[in-house]
Parts: sequence; structure tokens; C-alpha cells
Amino acid sequence: MLRLDSVHAGYGQIEVLRGVQLNVERGEIVTLIGANGAGKSTTLLAVSGIVHVRSGTISFEGKSLAGLRSHEVTSLGIAHVPEGRRIFKSLTVLENLRMGAFQRHDNPGIAQDIEKVFSLFPVLGERKRQLGGTLSGGEQQMLAIGRAVLARPRLLLLDEPSLGLAPLVTQTIFSVVRELNAKEGTTVLLVEQNARLALDTASRGYVLEIGRVVAEGPSRQLLTDPRVIEAYLGEA
Amino acid sequence: MSEDFQAFLSNLPQAIANGLVRGSIYALIALGYTMVYGILGMINFAHGEIYMIGSYAGIIAVAALSTLGLGGMGGPLSLAVVLVLSMAFAMLVSGSIGFTVERIAYRPIRGAPVLSPLISAIGMSIFLMHFVMVAQGKDYKQFPIPLHDKLVVTVIKIGTPSLGSWWPEGSVELTLLDLLTLAAAFGLMVGLYVFVNKTKLGTAMRAVAQDKTMAGLLGIDIDKVISVTFVTGAILAAAAGVLITIRLSQTFYTAGYIAGMMAFTSAVLGGIGNIPGAVLGGLVLGLAEDITSTYPGGSDWKVVVSFVVLLACLMFLPRGLLGERVGERA
Repeated sequence: MLRLDSVHAGYGQIEVLRGVQLNVERGEIVTLIGANGAGKSTTLLAVSGIVHVRSGTISFEGKSLAGLRSHEVTSLGIAHVPEGRRIFKSLTVLENLRMGAFQRHDNPGIAQDIEKVFSLFPVLGERKRQLGGTLSGGEQQMLAIGRAVLARPRLLLLDEPSLGLAPLVTQTIFSVVRELNAKEGTTVLLVEQNARLALDTASRGYVLEIGRVVAEGPSRQLLTDPRVIEAYLGEA
Repeated sequence: MSEDFQAFLSNLPQAIANGLVRGSIYALIALGYTMVYGILGMINFAHGEIYMIGSYAGIIAVAALSTLGLGGMGGPLSLAVVLVLSMAFAMLVSGSIGFTVERIAYRPIRGAPVLSPLISAIGMSIFLMHFVMVAQGKDYKQFPIPLHDKLVVTVIKIGTPSLGSWWPEGSVELTLLDLLTLAAAFGLMVGLYVFVNKTKLGTAMRAVAQDKTMAGLLGIDIDKVISVTFVTGAILAAAAGVLITIRLSQTFYTAGYIAGMMAFTSAVLGGIGNIPGAVLGGLVLGLAEDITSTYPGGSDWKVVVSFVVLLACLMFLPRGLLGERVGERA
């Protein structure tokens, strides 16, 4: 469904991705783990057309994403929940969700999906008229995911959803991600600093180190790989 | 009480009425400055010229309708229809120029250091001003149908009984044109409010103003939203241009300079980037100007007073009357 082929990308003089090779099949949850600065977020940003790809190809459902701008990538069915949630602080919760459905014109469907988000995250329904900036970190993450769901994506790119959140909130968010994958068939590419949580959620994983994939395989296998245990899972 | 002050008090109610009319015109222009600043963080110094071009386009439309024998003196179209058509034409012309200016002068250098769009904007302003000078001539252009001195609709007497014994007698005279100007200006402002706050595109405008990258990730075409912002601002400026030309019964190719300066000042006074702030700033500045002019010998001081008001405001409220606190912008 999503395929990256020796992708080189970066910012200015700095090359962050040095030949990233990965693919995500329909219906999977795949995770990217690695240290800070390994290029996990940059990989997602390259898919979304925000970071310029210097060489290599990225394709989605067989279609090249080269040269597409971020709103054009979105229109193909990819939703990106970036690091730091990036909620519109002076828009209400409801307005934030409606912006997620910007490219849709089926108002009854949008209303239905908003109700669906409120049933996944009831706290958002209680706060639907509040400004986004007044929500807690966990609520903002819920809103960020809800907003992405409103686009009815076939592929969801999730960047560090657990960052700075209490364990209980993290659990809620990950159970919703699993539910979206199981019930709606949404494919997920997950970047997560908590490698154990990531591998517990995903069926497959890639390990990134300084811009390259150094290990890949089913989560169960990565969880027992001594190198992964030492570098990312600690002495659990 | 000095005689000067007596006279001032007696004329004050009229000055307030005139100031509100003038201020509503400033507000219409100021909205364009503030919307563009809100979304791009730059001052579109060519905006005054877009207003000026609107005033010319209004005159051209009225003249064309008269030439075709459709409106003006004795044509089949009523005066109201002629004015509405010329307003629509001015909006079309200014809107197209606002769109084009953004495309050729600002979009290619978006993301460049702040000085670049500033210089580009000043260049665009000089270009448009002189283009109109060459195309339309250096003389004042008269509004083809004289309207400004007629049509007094209402005179409100303000005398001793209503305001206490110390208030000198006076009256407020409102012309049909005053009322139409106020109605048109506030109608457009309400329309803008509804557009920005209640529609999907307006919400997208606010989203783009806060976080362009995120707006793009949600599927919003940022370039399109920015174009809409420029066109909306230009349409409001065109309306102001036509309204003022009818009032003054003429326009001039440098008309955008001083009006633009006053409107820009209004936007800063109200808190640049803040839409209600631009309206408030325009009204405050319009009132300051007309109230100052009312004091005997005050009309020489009106611009000075306006800028003193601005400076005083910025000393105590650096973000303007309704400005946001520093650091609130994402």
C-alpha cells in the first residue's frame, strides 16, 4: 500500500534519511522505532510532502507521491497526526474536527463521523464547544486523532502519540488505534518512542538508525532480538 | 466656558456622526490589512492602491452606464441599481488585482526574510499608483453623478432640554449618503464576520493563520485560502473606495496613500491580525479625526491627533486595543 524505495531526504544541508526502504501492506499496523534523530518523524513528513525528497521514490497504492503538496497527499487517503498534536488552539473542538473533513462534502456522513469520534473519546463530546487550546495534553491527542479520522483515511500516519501523556491516557489512545485498525480497516504507520508499546501494538516493525533501516521483521521477532532489547527495550 | 469650547460642544454631536461614517470607511480598508497580516504576518502596503483602484473602477462603471444610456441622467436604470452595479464592478476589479498582486509579488517570495515581502509590497504600491496615473491622468476624476450635497434625510435637534442646561444647542444632520455608507459598511462587516466564523472556508482561513503546515496536512490548499484572503480584503477596500468617491464626488491617483496610512494605523490601533480590532481601530481613528477638526483651528491638527492616539495606545497596550498577548500565536 505504502512503499518507500531508497528515500533520501533532509533539511537544508543536513541529510536525515539516507536510503530508507520500507513498505506497509493494507490492513497492517506497522511501527518505526529508533533513537531521537534517527529519522522516524522525517520519514512520515517525507510521505506527507512536507520534507523534500531528494532521491528515491515514495508510492501509495501504486501511485507516486513525488512532487505532491501535503493537501494533495491527504486527498489520496493519507492522514497524518504530527508530533505535538498541533491542535488549532483558537478553534473549538468541533471546528477542529470539521477541519479534518475539509475535503469531504457529505455533510450527513461528516456529522455521523463526528458522533463516532465522540463515542470513541466521550470527553471530546463534553467539550465540543471549548477552544482547542483549553484541552489537556491527552485530550489534544484524542482530538488530533479524531480530526484525522474525520478525513476517513485509508492510511493513518501517527507520530509519537504517547509523548508526554499519562499511562492511562496512552492506553485509551492505543486501544482506539487498535479499534480503528480492526473495525474500520485503517492501515497505520506508527512512530513511537515507547518501543515496547509500539511493538505490542504493531504486527511488524522497522528499526531506524541514523537514517537507515537496520532491522525489520514481525514484532514478536523484534521483541526478542538482542540488539533491539539492548538499545530500545532496556533491561525489562 | 470659552466661546470656542461652546462652539465645539455645539458641533460635537455632528462630529461624532461624521466620525462614525469616516471610521466605518477606515474600518473597511483596515480589515484587508489585518486579514493579510493575520494569515501571512506581512503588511500588504499595496492595499491602499487597491482601494484607490476601486474608487476609479466605480467611476468608470457609472460613466460607462451613462454612456450606454442605461443609467445616470434619464436612463432606464434607477440610481440605486447604478450604484450597486458600479460597486460590484469595483469589487470585481479590485478583487482581481488583489489576487494578482499576491500571485506575482508575494507568493514567489513567501518564506523569504521579512524584509523581502515588505520591499515587494512597497514596489507594488508605487507601481499601481503610477500605473493609474499614466492610465487615468494626473487630474482629479469626478464622480459622474453628483450626490454628495443632496439627500438630507434626518435632522436631529440637540438642545438645552435634552442634554442639560449647560450644553449649547446644535443639531445632527444625516444625509441619505451617510446612512447608506454606514449600512453598507456594517453590512459588509457582518458578512465578513459570518464568513470567517460560520463557514468552512472561513474556518479554514483561521486554521491557516494559526498553523499552515497542519492545515495542509488536513487537506486544506493553503495557497487557495491565502488567495481568498487577499480577494476578500480587496473587495472590502473596493466598497470603501466607491463609498468615499460618492461622498467626495472625486478621486485621485494618490488617494490610496493617505487612506491606506490611516487604515493601516486603524489596524495597528485595534491590534493587527484581529478582525474586530480593525473595526474598532477604524472607528476610534475616524472619531478622533472629526472631533479634532470640530475644534476651531483643529482641522490642521487632525492627523497629528490621530497618531498621538495611536502612540498613546501603543505605549500602554503594545498589542493594540484588542491585540493578543505576545506568544499566543502558534
